[in-house]
Amino acid sequence: MRAESMSQNPDPTPPDALLSSPAAPVPRFTTARGPGRVAFIWRRFRKHPGAIGGLLVLCLLTLAVLLADLSPYDANASNMAERLQPPTWRHPMGTDALGRDLLTRVLHGGRVSLAVGLIVVVISLGMGVPVGVIAGFYGGRIDGFLMRITDMFLSLPSFMVLILISAILREVEAPFFKKNNILTIGLVIGLLGWMTFARLVRAIFLTLREMDYITASRCLGASSLTIVTSHILPNAIGPIIVEATLELGYAIIEESGLSFLGFGIQPPTPSWGNLLSSAQEHFLKYPWLAIFPGLMIFLTIISVNYIGDGLRDAFDPYKVLTKVGEV
Amino acid sequence: MGQFIARRLMQTLGMLFLLSILLFGLVNLAPGGPLAGYGQSRHILPARAEILKRQFGLDKPLALQYLIWLVGNDWMRVDADGDGAPESLGSRKGILRGDFGFSFRTRQPVLVEISQRLWNTIYLMSVTLLVSLGVAIPIGVISAARQYSFFDILVTTFSFAGQAVPDFWLGLILILIFYGWLVNPFTGEPLLPAGGMYSLEARFVVWDRVKHLILPVTAGALGWIAWYSRFMRSSMLDVIHQDYLRTARAKGANQRIVLFRHALRNALIPLVTLFALDLPYIFGGAVFIETIFAWPGMGRLYYQAATQRDYPLLVAILIIGAGLMILSNLLADLLYAYLDPRIRYN
Repeated sequence: MRAESMSQNPDPTPPDALLSSPAAPVPRFTTARGPGRVAFIWRRFRKHPGAIGGLLVLCLLTLAVLLADLSPYDANASNMAERLQPPTWRHPMGTDALGRDLLTRVLHGGRVSLAVGLIVVVISLGMGVPVGVIAGFYGGRIDGFLMRITDMFLSLPSFMVLILISAILREVEAPFFKKNNILTIGLVIGLLGWMTFARLVRAIFLTLREMDYITASRCLGASSLTIVTSHILPNAIGPIIVEATLELGYAIIEESGLSFLGFGIQPPTPSWGNLLSSAQEHFLKYPWLAIFPGLMIFLTIISVNYIGDGLRDAFDPYKVLTKVGEV
Repeated sequence: MGQFIARRLMQTLGMLFLLSILLFGLVNLAPGGPLAGYGQSRHILPARAEILKRQFGLDKPLALQYLIWLVGNDWMRVDADGDGAPESLGSRKGILRGDFGFSFRTRQPVLVEISQRLWNTIYLMSVTLLVSLGVAIPIGVISAARQYSFFDILVTTFSFAGQAVPDFWLGLILILIFYGWLVNPFTGEPLLPAGGMYSLEARFVVWDRVKHLILPVTAGALGWIAWYSRFMRSSMLDVIHQDYLRTARAKGANQRIVLFRHALRNALIPLVTLFALDLPYIFGGAVFIETIFAWPGMGRLYYQAATQRDYPLLVAILIIGAGLMILSNLLADLLYAYLDPRIRYN
């Protein structure tokens, strides 16, 4: 197990094999990418029951959310004849104060939450990875400068800044960013979430760039770009994916928190956070309004966290997978 | 060491300086400008708006405004009555001299506003953090000592769940159960109050205080307990397999002494530094908990200020908060070096 995942090891072949005739097949380090590695990671990931459960729940949730339009009810049309009904077969999660089917609204809200989460991950990857690559690969002054900026962002009380910025943006009506829509919120959370990626990638680059196989490939005439993209980044993929999974969870929590306070997604567009927020008025008499949206947040976050944990174990070459439920 | 601290403090100052520029820019670029939240009314007459602008010095170039914000304007003539001609010396001292201006909402100095709320937050957060540590440390130690036992699996599952529960939802559910459903059998009142810090006509003052603490502390502490106990467990596991513990056992020390005297001391080092990093939350408070439980603390103050775009208050809380975060980072590094002699900074 260890040998397989460490196979990016610089010299798996004895030196004289490299000196033999050019026709002789020189083993390439194929397990760094390609189907072999995916299968290998999957085999390890499968051993983590929590992660498999999480993946299952998340897939079901995503499917349900994507199929939300199949619901016979409109998410935003009120129906005063059926207001504040408890959960029944017709309305599995009951109805809200305007008679709207809560299940339909929760599913539409899930779209918002998952979409915001994905946007955040894309943006923070897109910012954090390049910063980390440049800082870690070039080092020196560039590194110092980039890391000071990263430190500054890290020293912000991020949720408070998030509140401030989204409270300001709530008034903005730009072409793509109307009144805190999905894009705005995703962008703002992403702009405050890239630092972990930058730090992570930088740390990996700092260790790897000193390794002999990098020196070797430089001696063989590889350009910086080749070294970065085909020799270092593939080794950083594992931790980046793990971090991205966790970031998805944080983003969903932050979005629903913002929306709960009224600074996030604005009603009538449903999101798990603003559904909970509007439940506050009535929830002592009509508890389902508060129970279900929160339950969805909880299920999503716990699934994502378990998946992240499983991936971390699967990518960690030193981890011996024996027991169940290891943290 | 002294050099290390000095360098870090210099960096702190630099970062706060940059942050102040960012925040100043943000507030001035905001739609409606820095006065958007002033006086609640969106429809100030244009003539009145001009006067207000001159009174607040917003007609000056941005760079000068920033300078005034930093060092105050008691060295220059300002237009206090807004008629277009500067006549008297200004009265602002600038944030460098601790003058964060006046809250738009209450017209009180920002620092007065903060000091009224700060103690309530320190009160709530220190109880929350102490309870969290008090629960999390023993849980983590036992869970690591009996790795893979039933108890351990229970704790690990709980810590995953605890980290996934949003505290604003937990707060609502707790209110639903303990205020909405459960009833005190003797008085017929709800079992626990749904919010506030104390009741005015309470007979048993201490018990009344405690009653008001139970729900917010539980809702706030669950996440911390999950996080700290998970951390404690893994840091204990790092220590538990080391040779010196085996030696201690071999020399006949009993398991409990080995665990709580030999192992725990080293395992606590990372937790102490983690705790130092979390200290700024005692200042900033918990926005959700304080909003849901109507707790008059910093988090709720910040929420209200953001709702009404009370910029002076928002900026002050953010700058002080960021300063505390940077300092607590430094504190964590120093503590780590102090507690673990293997670590050297240079």
